[in-house]
Amino acid sequence: MIRARILISSDSLSLSRGAEETKLAFEAELSRYGLLNEVQVVYMGPANRTDALPLVIIYPEGTRYGPVTPADAAYIVEEQLYKGRVVEHLLAPPEMLSGESAHLPGQQGDTYAQKRVVLQRAGSIDPTAIEEYIAEDGYFALGTVLSEFSPHAVVETIKESGLQGRGGAGFPTGLKWSFVESQQSAQKFIVCNADESEPGTFKDRLILEGDPHAVLEAMAIAGYAVGADQGWIYIRGEYGQARERLELAIQQAEEYGLLGDNIMESGFSFHIHLHAGAGAYICGEETALLESLEGKRGIPRIRPPYPTVAGFRDEPTVVNNVETLANIPPIIRNGVEWFRSIGTERCPGTKVYTMLGAVNVTGLIEVPMGITLREVLDIYGGGMKDGKTFKCAQTGGASGSFIPPEMLDVPLDYKSMQKQGASLGSGALLICGDDTCIVDLAYVLERFFVAESCGKCTPCRVGTVQMLESLERLRRGYGTQKDLEHLEEAATYASTASFCGLGQAAPVSIITGLRYFREEFEAHVRGECPAAVCPMDKKQVAS
Amino acid sequence: MKTNLTQIHEVINQHGTNREALVEILRDLSQRSGYLTKEAMEVVATQLQLPPSEVFSVASFYTKINVEQLGKHVIKFCEDAPCHIAGGREIWEALEHKLGIQFGETTTDGFWTLWPTSCLGLCAVGPVMLVDDEPYGNLTPEKVTDILNHYRAGDAA
Repeated sequence: MIRARILISSDSLSLSRGAEETKLAFEAELSRYGLLNEVQVVYMGPANRTDALPLVIIYPEGTRYGPVTPADAAYIVEEQLYKGRVVEHLLAPPEMLSGESAHLPGQQGDTYAQKRVVLQRAGSIDPTAIEEYIAEDGYFALGTVLSEFSPHAVVETIKESGLQGRGGAGFPTGLKWSFVESQQSAQKFIVCNADESEPGTFKDRLILEGDPHAVLEAMAIAGYAVGADQGWIYIRGEYGQARERLELAIQQAEEYGLLGDNIMESGFSFHIHLHAGAGAYICGEETALLESLEGKRGIPRIRPPYPTVAGFRDEPTVVNNVETLANIPPIIRNGVEWFRSIGTERCPGTKVYTMLGAVNVTGLIEVPMGITLREVLDIYGGGMKDGKTFKCAQTGGASGSFIPPEMLDVPLDYKSMQKQGASLGSGALLICGDDTCIVDLAYVLERFFVAESCGKCTPCRVGTVQMLESLERLRRGYGTQKDLEHLEEAATYASTASFCGLGQAAPVSIITGLRYFREEFEAHVRGECPAAVCPMDKKQVAS
Repeated sequence: MKTNLTQIHEVINQHGTNREALVEILRDLSQRSGYLTKEAMEVVATQLQLPPSEVFSVASFYTKINVEQLGKHVIKFCEDAPCHIAGGREIWEALEHKLGIQFGETTTDGFWTLWPTSCLGLCAVGPVMLVDDEPYGNLTPEKVTDILNHYRAGDAA
């Protein structure tokens, strides 16, 4: 009879801070007190905070301790689990970020509380146990579609839900599925794009580490909907732990007959394969990803034909992002109306962000589409750090836009951002205070593209280097008016003439930087860096 | 370095000789032996019935596949915006200064290779670097010194 459970955070960061030793210490101490049959010790995946790792949560009380060392573990067992007393001095600091936890609904605040659709289970179940996923309605959606839905009805449901791709472009997911559904082909594929590499973005890693089965279930549903019996997950090579979790999850799902041949006696078969990347940002671009999946250099393909017509092995292929897929089972379980009640009319649902930079609380949040940046900053970010003034936010990693103060009240959703000529991107929100130099930041962002350009087309391969050179001259105090003109020109070429999204996005920070902070570029031409960040050394220009 | 044929065949047996397996074969081989020799790539080419140029072209494209010998320990320092504004510039300078090499180089004693890397997804604790596959976060120039000394000491022990 289990009377208590000890959950230990087990994301890569927690593990690097000794979560494994802490877990062993708990087990050893429980065994010493003969409590092993009464108290279960499990890994829970990411803790959704970064300040108190490894984080330990003890249920049924919901006591949160952190950071917990092996010595602390022994003490906690003695005090709380043996004697029933909370160890006050080891408690984790109050969690400012979420105010919400799957197991403590009483703490959920007002309308601003985080809406959890995608991260519903991450952090509250043991991601290495399929039983826990099943106990929380896992694979219920797959069972429902296999027994009650025609494939076409699944596609229609996703279409009606208004779900848009969460990888950055915001393409309607149901529409994408319907393109593949309508293809007459004996072989079709579902590919999950888990090659998350946008700087500042790690939401997909936390979804995969915390709730891997949600993605597997969604892929099987997608397979049933469009007529595919094979799925591939292309996971970033650096994501070792997420990869292990997925391997285990696939194996468990196959053992339970929830993946593989004749799933739940329905006659539908679906197999999922795992492919780890080898390090290349460009492989997040869907056609480059497919090339890489076929064992080649990850270089984008010419489109059309789109992957929905000729994708993996030239067969019709659905390519969906991790977060997009994680939305599928909840939509099937709770219905279209429920999903559309969250977010905005034109962009329903939630969005997961990684918030970083000059705010008091950084980390992962899931909020309804359409919330404003000001709300995100004040409510989840806990305001600006050290009394800094908000200067700009940078969305979506390197390919995101600068969001100036005058746009703080624009709703964060695909349509509203587009209208402002900005992009929501991949879900990173880098918050910059007044001590940030826009020219310096644009330089760092551009350096990323110089390193990651695949070299296929000239506007990107050469354009990024030229833009970087101009920015470097500005940083060093050598910039002239000519450099500003040149930046604008090269940015226009790269954004309009590049072959793929990488090159088209490469100058976005320069374009939006010049649009909102032109006077700062001009100041650099005069030899001043207003934020006093740039070297301005007038030494020899580095090439 | 001598090319370990047994190892190459082991890895190929694991992934198969299908062309689609090329990236994974090369990545695994590179991880096992540190880098790919020209001979190793030629063996893979023969086994997968591909031109050696094609194998080299794929190998040199990906950052997790090395085609040249690196130092005993490889530092990969994240140079992207979130780490940069969290103080990454000072760490960048500290690393170059303490190791006496520039990014992209290996120390003359072959102990350290210093590489820039794109985002590691550990931005919440930036600035971040990997030493081999071990992540170190919330770096300060002092911490960097400690970490470097730790590896030097571990090697001497």
